[in-house]
Amino acid sequence: MGKLNEQSVQVIDRIVDRHRGRPGPVKLMLHDVQKELGYIPFEAMEKIAAASGVSAAEVYGVVTFYTQFTTEPKGKHVINVCMGTACYVKGSADLLQRICDLTGTKVNQTSADGLFSLDATRCLGACGLAPVAILDDQVYGNATSSTALEDRIKAIIKTESGVQ
Amino acid sequence: MTKINLKINNIPVQAEPGSTILEAARAAGIQIPTLCYLKDVNKTGACRVCTVEIKGAKSLGAACVYPVSEGMEVFTNSQRALEARKHTVELILSNHCGDCLSCIRNQNCELQKLAQQLGIRKVRYEGEKTPPTFDEVAPGIVRDTSKCVLCGRCIETCKKVQGLGILSFINRGFNTKVAPVFDKSFNDVNCMQCGQCVNACPVGALFEKEDIHRVIEALNDPEQHVVVQTAPAVRAALGEEFGLPIGTRVTGKMAAALRRIGFDRVYDTNYAADLTIMEEGHEFIERVQHQGVLPMITSCSPGWIRYCEFEYPDLLEHLSSCKSPHMMFGAILKSYYAQTHNLDPRKITVVSIMPCTAKKAEVVRPEMRKDGVADVDVVLTTRELGRLIKMYGINFENLPDEDFDQDMFGQYSGAGVIFGASGGVMEAALRTVKETLENKPLDSLDFTVVRGMEGVKTAELEVAGMQVKVAVASSMSCAKPLLDEIRAGTSPYHFIEIMGCPGGASTAAVSRLSTLRSATALSRLTGRRNGQRRYMMRMRYRACVNRMRTRRSSRCMINS
Repeated sequence: MGKLNEQSVQVIDRIVDRHRGRPGPVKLMLHDVQKELGYIPFEAMEKIAAASGVSAAEVYGVVTFYTQFTTEPKGKHVINVCMGTACYVKGSADLLQRICDLTGTKVNQTSADGLFSLDATRCLGACGLAPVAILDDQVYGNATSSTALEDRIKAIIKTESGVQ
Repeated sequence: MTKINLKINNIPVQAEPGSTILEAARAAGIQIPTLCYLKDVNKTGACRVCTVEIKGAKSLGAACVYPVSEGMEVFTNSQRALEARKHTVELILSNHCGDCLSCIRNQNCELQKLAQQLGIRKVRYEGEKTPPTFDEVAPGIVRDTSKCVLCGRCIETCKKVQGLGILSFINRGFNTKVAPVFDKSFNDVNCMQCGQCVNACPVGALFEKEDIHRVIEALNDPEQHVVVQTAPAVRAALGEEFGLPIGTRVTGKMAAALRRIGFDRVYDTNYAADLTIMEEGHEFIERVQHQGVLPMITSCSPGWIRYCEFEYPDLLEHLSSCKSPHMMFGAILKSYYAQTHNLDPRKITVVSIMPCTAKKAEVVRPEMRKDGVADVDVVLTTRELGRLIKMYGINFENLPDEDFDQDMFGQYSGAGVIFGASGGVMEAALRTVKETLENKPLDSLDFTVVRGMEGVKTAELEVAGMQVKVAVASSMSCAKPLLDEIRAGTSPYHFIEIMGCPGGASTAAVSRLSTLRSATALSRLTGRRNGQRRYMMRMRYRACVNRMRTRRSSRCMINS
């Protein structure tokens, strides 16, 4: 575990201070840290534990329970592919594989260039649009027949490689 | 308050308002099987083994959390309840490593007992199993999640009894497991190795690290002189391993068994408990007379020492420099005893039979060795001694009562016997202090104000014109307020006794399978001391005194 940079420590301290003393602050703090840093470093869990009076083990338990929280930095763009029953029947496993190939990411991991994170998720509650995927908060339905999602991914890759 | 009337299996039962079906049933002598329930510690209704049918209720209820109500009719053994219970256990077994024959808890396992009671003849559900973790890095405790039933008893015990919260559920659903923070090893977190979690575990998922093979090896080495010492708490707990009533005192049979196993010398740690008391008492006097760091805190519980190093490293100066009794005994055996018997300390193996897993972690500490020779070589828990006796085919119940070896290490005052009970060390040390400072024997020997089972006890007494304030705490959750006081500089005490386990060593983890009962049995074993004799002993071993002490301030955290 590498040492966290000073800037991230300040972000964590600010978030912890903001929610300190509120009832049930653990999840509020975790959500904010996840949002601002893109992941939850161990140092953050320790600070949150100390501020909220629960053990670090318990905070870690919460982090590993919810899929929204990650202990490793997320990529710049996050893709969620629904693995719920309806989506699965409509071919979301194939979709997942195609996205893996396209982005060079393994399932539930982040690509080496840090551009994409790919998560297989539980039911997203949009079964009528199965199979469903979400890219950066944008929902893509009927993703097997429509190429909208893949076009968007390709566009991102193109832009980002242009930047570099 | 008016009692609640209900019927359990058609038997009219009265229960306290607010109590659960399980409590009402147990009070009426009706047994409902449980697994995740642990009295006063864990009550979550998670495992559903205590499931019962309640007339008028749509679904079955978990008896351990279901509150009683007026006119309620409960059926603990209806076909529906029995089948559901059986199903539940079958499902637990489907994700359980079934190596019962080679499991440390074979014939002593709550899950095995349930499967037997419920008549499970086949595990119908086969399939994938949760990826297991096997962690045997820590010196005292081993964790094998392939056997874990996710009852949560260890988590709650660590949190509520010790106030530590090392363990938690991690991950979700099928991948859920119990792990220390950040899924590390016990060795890499602030675990005091007290073994209370081992005590709470219903199965073989948490257990003490076994060292029996090392003892057998030493016993069969003709070069080695093998000396065994047993802690006071062991004699009141060992009988349970052989089906004797809890608290039965088996001192004589234990000594006989150890001799038959082949130990060259069989001693009682009580002798060294006297040394510890003498040293601790004198250290206290030195600190008072020479403006040393006060309050002084006792140092005989290695679990507590670890906790202090992890959580209160700034208070290490407050710890007494005395080694724990069995370590002092080891030090004496490897120095004075070796010299007087013309033995090479390297050819002496010292085995301690102790009630606690933290002692296993204590003997491997660097400051507990001198010139590469460990003070104590192997620590066996009470449970392990039970296994060793069984392994040697000794018919324990029919053994004659024998004495410990009655040479110079066979003498001891009564003070050491109460060492294992909460408040015992304090009481014994105070006797020494009063005697030494006032230069006369004590009128009253029992400082009963500091003995008992509460979390923290305080007392005030006059010694040589000085008002000495003392406090006693057992278990870390009880010790915490006392420590916070010292840290804040507001502690009114001069002398504090802290024990790692609730009730002291007599209830220490692996001492027994059920807690908090043998302490009362042990407190009855209180004896009387002989001050003059203790003083003579101290004079005799003066030369070894520096080996009985250790420098706390120079200590480093052993796993950092």
